[in-house]
Amino acid sequence: MAEATAEYKVIGTRPIRPDGADKVTGRAVYGGDMRLTGMLHGKVLRSPHAHARIKSINTAKAEALPGVKTVITVKDFPVAEDRMANLGEMAVNVKLLSNNVMAADKVLYKGHAVAAVAATNAHIAEEALGLIEVEYEVLPPVLDVLDAMKDEAPLLHETMTTTELGQKTDKRSNIANHMRFLLGDPAQGFREADVVIEREFDTATVHQGYIEPHNATALWNEDGHLYIWTSTQGAFVVQRQAAEILGLPVSQVSVTPCEIGGGFGGKISVYLEPVAAVLSRKAGRPVKIIMSRIEEFEATGPTPASHIKVKMGAKKDGRLVAAEASLMYEAGAFPGSPVGAGCMCIFSPYAIPNMQVDGYDVVVNKPKTAAYRAPGATNAAFASETVVDELAEKLGMDPLEIRRLNGAKEGDRRVDGPTFPRIGYLETVHAALEHEHYATPLTGPHRGRGVASGFWFNVGFQSTVVINVNADGTVSLVEGSTDIGGTRASIAMQAAETLGIPYEDVRPTVVGTDGIGFTDVTGGSRTTFATGYAAHEAALDVLRQMQERLARRWDGEMEKEFEGQAERATVRITPDDVTYANGVFKCAKDAGKSMTFKEVTAQMARMGGPITGRATSQPRGVGGAFATHIVDVEVDPDTGKVTILRYTAVQDAGRAIHPSYVEGQIQGGVVQGIGWALNEEFVYNDNGNMVNSSFLDYRMPTTLDLPMIETILVEVPNPGHPYGVRGVGEVPIVPPVAALANAIYRATGKRMTQSPMSPGYVLSKLME
Amino acid sequence: MQAFDYVAARTVDEAVSLLAAKGAQARVLAGGTDLIVQLREGRRNLELVVDVKKIPDVNVLTYDPQNGLQLGAAVPCHRIYGDATIARAYPGLMDAFQLVGGTQIQGRASVGGNLCNSSPAADTTPTLIAHRATCVIASPTGRREVPVEQFCTGPGRNVLGNGEFLVALRFPAPPKNFGAHYLRFIPRNEMDIAVVGVGSSVVLGDDGATVSAARIALGAVAPTPLLVEEAAAALIGKPISDATIAQAASAAQAAARPISDMRGTIEQRRHLTGVLTRRTLQGAMARARGETLSHA
Amino acid sequence: MPKIHVQTRINGEDIDFLCESRQSLLEVLRDDLGLTGTKEGCSNGNCGACSVLLDGVLVDSCLVLAVETAGREVATIEGLATPSQLHPLQQKFLEHAALQCGICTPGFIMAAKALLAQNPKPTEHEVRYWLAGNLCRCTGYDKIVRAVLDAAAVMEKA
Repeated sequence: MAEATAEYKVIGTRPIRPDGADKVTGRAVYGGDMRLTGMLHGKVLRSPHAHARIKSINTAKAEALPGVKTVITVKDFPVAEDRMANLGEMAVNVKLLSNNVMAADKVLYKGHAVAAVAATNAHIAEEALGLIEVEYEVLPPVLDVLDAMKDEAPLLHETMTTTELGQKTDKRSNIANHMRFLLGDPAQGFREADVVIEREFDTATVHQGYIEPHNATALWNEDGHLYIWTSTQGAFVVQRQAAEILGLPVSQVSVTPCEIGGGFGGKISVYLEPVAAVLSRKAGRPVKIIMSRIEEFEATGPTPASHIKVKMGAKKDGRLVAAEASLMYEAGAFPGSPVGAGCMCIFSPYAIPNMQVDGYDVVVNKPKTAAYRAPGATNAAFASETVVDELAEKLGMDPLEIRRLNGAKEGDRRVDGPTFPRIGYLETVHAALEHEHYATPLTGPHRGRGVASGFWFNVGFQSTVVINVNADGTVSLVEGSTDIGGTRASIAMQAAETLGIPYEDVRPTVVGTDGIGFTDVTGGSRTTFATGYAAHEAALDVLRQMQERLARRWDGEMEKEFEGQAERATVRITPDDVTYANGVFKCAKDAGKSMTFKEVTAQMARMGGPITGRATSQPRGVGGAFATHIVDVEVDPDTGKVTILRYTAVQDAGRAIHPSYVEGQIQGGVVQGIGWALNEEFVYNDNGNMVNSSFLDYRMPTTLDLPMIETILVEVPNPGHPYGVRGVGEVPIVPPVAALANAIYRATGKRMTQSPMSPGYVLSKLME
Repeated sequence: MQAFDYVAARTVDEAVSLLAAKGAQARVLAGGTDLIVQLREGRRNLELVVDVKKIPDVNVLTYDPQNGLQLGAAVPCHRIYGDATIARAYPGLMDAFQLVGGTQIQGRASVGGNLCNSSPAADTTPTLIAHRATCVIASPTGRREVPVEQFCTGPGRNVLGNGEFLVALRFPAPPKNFGAHYLRFIPRNEMDIAVVGVGSSVVLGDDGATVSAARIALGAVAPTPLLVEEAAAALIGKPISDATIAQAASAAQAAARPISDMRGTIEQRRHLTGVLTRRTLQGAMARARGETLSHA
Repeated sequence: MPKIHVQTRINGEDIDFLCESRQSLLEVLRDDLGLTGTKEGCSNGNCGACSVLLDGVLVDSCLVLAVETAGREVATIEGLATPSQLHPLQQKFLEHAALQCGICTPGFIMAAKALLAQNPKPTEHEVRYWLAGNLCRCTGYDKIVRAVLDAAAVMEKA
């Protein structure tokens, strides 16, 4: 494993990404850019009601419209089986996944798909939707997590019962799951506490907000093979989910991942792919579907709204002795919110001996939630980091000092069980404490500084990499991780480092399910970590093969040189005798024998044929990521509007393979957190219709709403990775909401218990 | 989007007869930043779109210190604030014209179009009112003029009758010691629809203090933009001061009839009306005294 | 309804096409002319991913009817680089890692091009103000602003 102080030739540099020219010239092919001969355009008809039974669907008029080639409903899909399957980041119930893609007997949210059309152009397809007649029996919607948890609430799924602390019960309820994590004796801990703070928080539904809408192009070929092109974070996930939903063997489904315009967790589960596939099967032509922005908001997978209670207790000296939390998350129309992850992360920055965390996964008549960058953790951190701030204030402690005193270290136990390996939380706190930002006093009226920390566990999962060696000493690296944020570069850099060749000599390509072995999603902060690990191992495989061939050749030479002599026995050359450093292979038993990497590749054909290195990885040594953020704000006392004056994000990045893209991940996550904190929310009317389903009124930050975002990379290498990589992509979104809440408090004297902290809300608090 | 016919009219008369023939099934296209969105979202169903951008009258942009500003209804915002002379003469108008959406929107959107879309929250209308603009309307019977404060009659509705369209806006030359300012409140710093907008103007006497004329117009707090006479009355004839400004702000708040919707509540809007009236009057006062306001 | 024949100029080349009056310039560029470098993000003028220059003016092509381009000049991202060289803006975006997923990048580059044509030495605030109509969800804008300022400096020297 690499030493923390080792010097690298490629790692840590900032080369241009290999797909750069394609992306800045507009040449790169994203899913929406796909064009196939004879391609039709598809559109989906969606429920106008948040909760209703489908009584009938009449598609005759739509089918008769000139230009329409086919119309489908759930009848054109195989009947979905009620069973679990491992189809992506989490296990998934096939029936529920299929029902979400195309409603069966009930619609469970406004926007739920009920039918679809393929026509010669998108305008005709849209007109055809207006000709499909659907009869609904409208039912009362449940639109709030607390309402949904009540015994008298209307049930979304008549047969769903609560799984209570791991046991299936008979209780029919909108609560799909109640989980609990327990460590020590919280009741006793609170008895020992000198100060106890207990608060409740509400967060609104927010969306990943990727700029590129969902898309899928499908060709159900005459030979029964299904081809799919899509902007996805995981081609293999699409392959498996589509195969399950459509009743096909996996080998009959080929998925090509196009370039993707942002995902953040929202482009993992399928929505359009099976629909496009069935349309293609019936029409006998390729079909492309692209979502409109309204569909993006109403019919994809936002992150849960939540209600969270947090209680924390500390001794006078600042030591945290007890913590409790109750996380109630809206799963949307089908169970499976990230409440479990929220439970795992909520108190993780701290070593607290007594903790209990309860999590509730609750269905409501809103779109089924999906992952959004550190899913579940931001909601939780808003609550816990605000309470920690309040504790610090009550104890007269600096808010970073209370974190330094209680910060989690290697060996401390999380509430969900695992003990931490080598982690870098305290390093982020120290770096924040010592940063010039923190040392600079913030002066002026209506201004305040807030800090907050966050944790995300990151994942490892599976990747495959193949390295094909070219005769001129360059290599082609084949991988299956869609490149959303520069991972072609970070993976190629690791391969180059291991091979001892320049970065420019590694040509990475991202291929689909026909071209590479199983590779999990680009998500979970795993790509540079796990696919990079596989690239490193594949590179080692290349070197090993070269060592073997050189050993054979040099041993053959020794055979000739020492023919018939007794010394021959002592000069057998095995692969262990072939060393490699700085691009040169040397023979340990004969200083006169050496070959450069390029010389070996030039002679491959004469030394045994082509060289292909390969590796699969499923690394266990995942390093969790911690972050500590500092933000200065000014609040307009007359309007409640918050202006961000300065933002510093400190993060343990393990080892930054390509620092620019690590900085970019941090800045991007911070700004998403800022939007979450200050303005983003799904606004629903009483009928369960989202009223702000456009970028006009779903307000994401613009260039004018932000200053530069300073990033401080603290590198505590992860011992579980050859280059010390820790996933970096997700934890940046965890602290900002709490950091801003704490800053607004310092500026106004009012504690924020609701997100977003939009001007109207802040104003109402100021006027209390 | 529903299919429609498209015609690029060459003269005012041609546009008028096309519009008169189709009535509510036809609409004028200038910058398209409202109309195309409405067509795409199915909020309007039209048989005919009449593109007026080739008609010279709607592209006029002339100013002289005696006759004031002639602003063709289809002139895109970027052309107006891009004209240094006009920008210098009417900073209170530029406040609003630079806010209509982002740069891309301003490359197409026109003040005339913003007015004819007649949203209660339009950014241009309050400042048009504060500047005493006059609407020049072409109709089947000739031309007629309407003071801009009478143009809007309800959300999305205005005085334009069958076959009529807005050709231009006329602004008097700013009198001596005139100052105007428009501010809106939005949650972000750009791209949002105004939660509340206020356009104020004052004319000061040569003493630089006594208010001889004033106009305070509110946006997004009523079904139409509101010209609040009572707010002006609180200022006129007296030296302008924090106290009179506060009175004008109270009068503006009293006149506001906001609703609660996804962009703001009644309480918030009423409160912001007072805040923005105060701030725009201070800005107008400063400009009337010859000061320049710093860019937000 | 018969299609309309439109004659226009795109990236310096005379181009003509047939379109329905309801088709936006964005649709025609992408679906009929194969110029997919201009991207669709929201179709209502709120994200800037579809930014092009129309007679040198920065506009959202989703809010221009294709028929309106008759006799006018359209500039898209495809027209920026020369056969041998990227435009300084394109180069600086790469050097500064000012793109992650890249979907907003063509829109930003066209918008920045329009800015620098009008204001060759913008301040950070002026850059942010001009680009407020372009949404990016990946980068947090920091590196985009730096790339534009750096490109401005390079172009000024040239």
